[in-house]
Amino acid sequence: MNWFHRRGWRDLIIGLPYLWLALFFLVPFLIVVAMSVATKTPTAPPFSFGGEHPWVNLETYQRLVSEPLYLRAFLISLMNAAGTTVFCLLLGYPMALGLTRVSRSARNILLMLVILPFWTSFLLRVYAWMGLMGKSSWFNQGLTDAWNWLVPADWAVKSLPMMHSNFAVILVMVYTYLPFMILPLYASLERLDPTLDEAALDLGSRPWQVFLDVTLPQSVPGIIAGGLLVFIPAAGELVIPTLVGDASTPMIGRVISDQFSQARDWPMASAVAVALLALMVGPTMLYSHYQARAEGSK
Amino acid sequence: MNRRPTFLITMLGFGFAFFYVPILSMVVYSFNASRLATVWGGFSTKWYVSLFSNKQVIEALTLSLKIALVSATLATILGTLAGIALVRFTKFRGRTLFSGLVTAPLIMPEVITGVSSLIFFLLLANWIGWPAQRGFTTITLAHITFSMVFVTTIVQARLLQSDRAIEEAAMDLGSRPWQVLWDITLPVISPAILSGWLLAFTISLDDVVITSFTTGPGSTTLPLLIWSKVKLGVTPDINALATLMVLVVGLGVVIAGIAMNRAEARRMADERLAYRAQG
Repeated sequence: MNWFHRRGWRDLIIGLPYLWLALFFLVPFLIVVAMSVATKTPTAPPFSFGGEHPWVNLETYQRLVSEPLYLRAFLISLMNAAGTTVFCLLLGYPMALGLTRVSRSARNILLMLVILPFWTSFLLRVYAWMGLMGKSSWFNQGLTDAWNWLVPADWAVKSLPMMHSNFAVILVMVYTYLPFMILPLYASLERLDPTLDEAALDLGSRPWQVFLDVTLPQSVPGIIAGGLLVFIPAAGELVIPTLVGDASTPMIGRVISDQFSQARDWPMASAVAVALLALMVGPTMLYSHYQARAEGSK
Repeated sequence: MNRRPTFLITMLGFGFAFFYVPILSMVVYSFNASRLATVWGGFSTKWYVSLFSNKQVIEALTLSLKIALVSATLATILGTLAGIALVRFTKFRGRTLFSGLVTAPLIMPEVITGVSSLIFFLLLANWIGWPAQRGFTTITLAHITFSMVFVTTIVQARLLQSDRAIEEAAMDLGSRPWQVLWDITLPVISPAILSGWLLAFTISLDDVVITSFTTGPGSTTLPLLIWSKVKLGVTPDINALATLMVLVVGLGVVIAGIAMNRAEARRMADERLAYRAQG
């Protein structure tokens, strides 16, 4: 049983990664938590504990809940993340289900094509959409023509204002996070027993009834896993809103970065970070709950 | 469900068009003669020429590759140890905290990891004078920390699937612990270690956010260079750079995929032979 439970080996195998993560992940994180109750000062580094204020200064958190900038940033982040999750699901579910219906050899190639964009540069995938959404691009012009053909003449536009909007943020987040939705959905749909579908059909169910009554309920764990894998990173996203978003309605990641680098308000940047993490605790617990259940049922 | 799911196949087609049309468009426009990145002005390879003569790009790529090599290697060692620790040692003091520390970086928003690493390095410099300057070392340290947990996840999954009886048999036959580790455990999880290394390498090579917080003057990685250019708008030489990266990565993934499939097929054929020989 205890095959290499000798003290030296054991201590090394556990100790090295443990110490590393404690030093370079836990300690910086605890510093951020402590920083959120510090006081901003004009010194370098720009914070202090104690002084005029008590050791624990909750003023930063008071500003966080009272100033509209922060509440709005949280709201926009949650809305964009929710929008991204819904559209990923609407596009990813039929794709995942489609993957289970093609031949095994085609499936392997298609799965590789789903994963391939993952390995190419994230930044360049965002950049590709900047090219497409620009005013003079073939994509924007094509959509503009379609729009002008559809709507009455006085609604006609020269180009569609796609860039620098929440629409652009959601579109590009759907593009970059879609594989996170497809893969867990495919994993849960692939395990389903096709004879159940056939039985339901034989008993007179219509195809959409089979989908609603048989397929959909069984894929709920996949939906939840995929949804959270999209929602959690989308809510904290920094790069996409900076490049294609509307600068007047920043998302929370941008607020953290700006408070830190531009306003040099370390306590505020830290407090916003702590609040964002607090918001994510719920979804994360939900995710690990479902993961544990999925593993238990194997 | 009907035998020929037209709707699902249509959605697959639409989805893959959604995945690949932007990339293809970027590839096509990298051969655009016009300076205006989105207006077609004839075929040209001049952006590739200007890319290869751009010293900044070459330097940034070299720095990125160095950081990725060092950080992926150290992250693989640390991550593999953590994976073995979590699967093989079911009871030790602080295990709950340890498994939390291994999962937390996976879900921590990058901007928070970035800010907290930077505050940490700034305070350290203030207290003990190290790191006096941010750059290669601080970027590499940060990359190791957030990519090692991906290695752990992969190694852990593989270890949980592997047959522990082989290790016990080796122990019973008199192997010393380090021999078991070296001769059995590591070879069994070697595909996972390799995938972990590749993943850590790609993550490091691709990272913008954490790098932008932990870098210092003069240390511009390739993603940081692209980031600073792209913030100003679409430029044709980035199209050329993107095309090359997509090409290299695409070929790499396809070749790796084929090699892994072959290896898997050979392993299964060997196993069949072995069973036949037994029976």
